[in-house]
Amino acid sequence: MSLTELTIADAAAGLRARKFSAAELVGAHNAAIAALNPRLNAYITTTSDAALQAAAVADEALGKGEAKPLTGIPLGIKDLFCTKGVRTTAASNILKNFVPPYESTVTANLLRDGAVFVGKTNLDEFAMGSANITSAFGPVENPWKRRGDDAALVPGGSSGGSAAAVAAGLAMGATGTDTGGSIRQPAAYCGIVGLKPTYGRCSRFGTIAYASSLDQAGPMARTVRDCAILLQSMAGFDARDSTSVNCDVPDYSVAIGRSLKGLKVGIPAEYRAEGLSAEIEAAWQQGINWLKDAGCEIVDVSLPHTKYGLATYYIVAPAECSSNLARYDGLRFGERVPGDTLDAMYEATRRAGFGPEVRRRIMMGTYVLSAGYYDAYYLKAQKVRSLIRRDFTESFQQVDVLLTPTAPTPAFAQGEQSDDPVQMYLNDIFTVPASMAGMPAMSVPVGLGTTGLPLGLQLIGRPFDEETLLAAGSALEAAAGFTHRPALRAEVVK
Amino acid sequence: MMESYCFMSLDPATVRRIARLARIGIDESDVPALQGELNGILGWVEQLNEVDVEGVTPMVGTGHAALRTRPDVVTDGNCREAVLSNAPDAVGPFYTVPKVVE
Repeated sequence: MSLTELTIADAAAGLRARKFSAAELVGAHNAAIAALNPRLNAYITTTSDAALQAAAVADEALGKGEAKPLTGIPLGIKDLFCTKGVRTTAASNILKNFVPPYESTVTANLLRDGAVFVGKTNLDEFAMGSANITSAFGPVENPWKRRGDDAALVPGGSSGGSAAAVAAGLAMGATGTDTGGSIRQPAAYCGIVGLKPTYGRCSRFGTIAYASSLDQAGPMARTVRDCAILLQSMAGFDARDSTSVNCDVPDYSVAIGRSLKGLKVGIPAEYRAEGLSAEIEAAWQQGINWLKDAGCEIVDVSLPHTKYGLATYYIVAPAECSSNLARYDGLRFGERVPGDTLDAMYEATRRAGFGPEVRRRIMMGTYVLSAGYYDAYYLKAQKVRSLIRRDFTESFQQVDVLLTPTAPTPAFAQGEQSDDPVQMYLNDIFTVPASMAGMPAMSVPVGLGTTGLPLGLQLIGRPFDEETLLAAGSALEAAAGFTHRPALRAEVVK
Repeated sequence: MMESYCFMSLDPATVRRIARLARIGIDESDVPALQGELNGILGWVEQLNEVDVEGVTPMVGTGHAALRTRPDVVTDGNCREAVLSNAPDAVGPFYTVPKVVE
């Protein structure tokens, strides 16, 4: 098997058994990036030389029998995580030359465990988007194709570069961030696994902020086990993030393949929403049957405020974004466009530095926080958010985990759905509620739809119970036997 | 259900005011498109008026843990060069800004 097709678990075993070296493994991924990235645009910045140097260090450690969990494993890092000495852009012109003088906690944890970073992956500008088409560095192409159709499809967003890179074999795994679905929806569109941990599980320190009460880092990989391996490294308390939660990180690998006998799985009626495609509804039913076969008890539940999740999100997230992005003023870091006055400099800098979707969200947020409208919009949204969380809390008194579709449709083509912002926002209808409530959730690929594109199902769990997601996710994965690979991948494009 | 703050569409003057509050420069020719997009989003979020939130406490954060306190001590510093390394127009150990006092 080609080195770019291995799982992280198998590659780690292969490195320890000296079947191949870290230099070979990283070299294969560098070559894959050189061959495919000009088309997929999954990476904004590649770090091939530094990766080879890190691989040499990894080989030395392996030779001494001092390998750590991720020694020699090539990963892509979403270009929203600050990486010391390596340009970090948030896919925005305003940070196009920003080189962080420090390392984010999540990436520092991965480096501590021996990971090798092959590059910084593309995303929607400041993680604001669902199709990776708002990046200042150009859109990402999904490596999957509809059957008999060469149209360029979107990889989903905002972690679209990470999802495309992992699917195509340009990384063994990647970091993502998820504010309203930005790990799970691109994972579903690209046929990989993506896990958004509980809010507070992974540190936000050094991750460029979009909406701070929602942003959460998580792993993206080709198998559930690989996500568990990455999460093991990424998770943990960090005093530098005031919302990091100090609770023990369990051994996630134990959850893989754990018996599901007696596990109660909730099926929320409200996710049978308008616009849910027939193929996804069928995949959902298949998933229900698989979990039943695995010994789960299926329970119908109701989350009555589901339909208000998106509207709530599009008040809360822009409000937080307008506040967070106020720091980009052209003074201390980032690009500056001169002006005659200080205000003229701010206005020219922020007009040139931000793309249309970011400007739109900043303006929305500014409006809903402005005098006279705060109560009508922001305070109201925070109250509805309480009700959304209450729905989850009450349903978790009846069931252990929820099963839903990840997105209402499979990946769509670049250019489709992009004219009307509200239409674009609807892609996140099933992922936003868990974000609003801070619950952990994971997307698992379960099959191909009628046009040959991957379909994902979402599992939503109790706070800090990522283990049940991994247990149920690994059961779905085993039942689905999802071994399909995209048309564009390292192994076939040289 | 109509409430006292029922939706009123943004007029061009309000769009210009929001842009100014956000310190985002816009051209007069940008206003109609922005007005349409923002009104589209605001009209759509109006559906929240259907929800009865009487007596509901607003959710601030996710409530998984109380905010911590820490000793009020210096935990970082002595990194002036690193801090200034990204400044668009540093002069010596200082940030510079356009002249703001005439």
